[in-house]
Amino acid sequence: MSPTELVGLLLIMAAIPFFWGGSLGLLRFPDVYTRLHALTKADNLGLGLVTAGSMFLAGDWMVAIKLLFIWLLVLTASTVSCFLIANAARKTNIEPWKAS
Amino acid sequence: MSLLIGMAALILISVLVGLVRIFRGPTGADRMLAAQLLGTGGIAILLILAFAMQMPSLLNVAMVYSLLAATAMVVFVRRHSRENKETEVITDESD
Repeated sequence: MSPTELVGLLLIMAAIPFFWGGSLGLLRFPDVYTRLHALTKADNLGLGLVTAGSMFLAGDWMVAIKLLFIWLLVLTASTVSCFLIANAARKTNIEPWKAS
Repeated sequence: MSLLIGMAALILISVLVGLVRIFRGPTGADRMLAAQLLGTGGIAILLILAFAMQMPSLLNVAMVYSLLAATAMVVFVRRHSRENKETEVITDESD
């Protein structure tokens, strides 16, 4: 196994806790607005680590650039959909959770 | 690369655990968030499998998947807001 492959594998391995954190946050957080954090932050960071690790595994500039564009596309899409969902939830009068 | 496939399986299990939110609800927005989780996790799994199984075309599948997840979200929000508007109109008429 070459050093670049090892770095790629380690980066992908580092992504797994973020995905687990995202799922756990989605299950444990109290309302829609807090659950949005778990999804759009933790999961996209995990996906970023996966793309970074895949870039090391790719060994080809064109494939690496394609991976970068996939990540940027997902980031843009999830930012927009996060805003849309929070907006829709606010319009349907879902109360933000307050610590009691 | 069985190590890579094992990592993809771990991510898949985490996504499946997150999908419990679809059963729990309580609002439509929560359920849609679980679908978003499936989108992000699915893209990560596809990227890993593209290298584990030496199938570069899976990268294109991942790209299409990200676009479809975004489109599904926009359709949900449009529908959601329209249904709300309709119920508002009904309550206005009853007043």
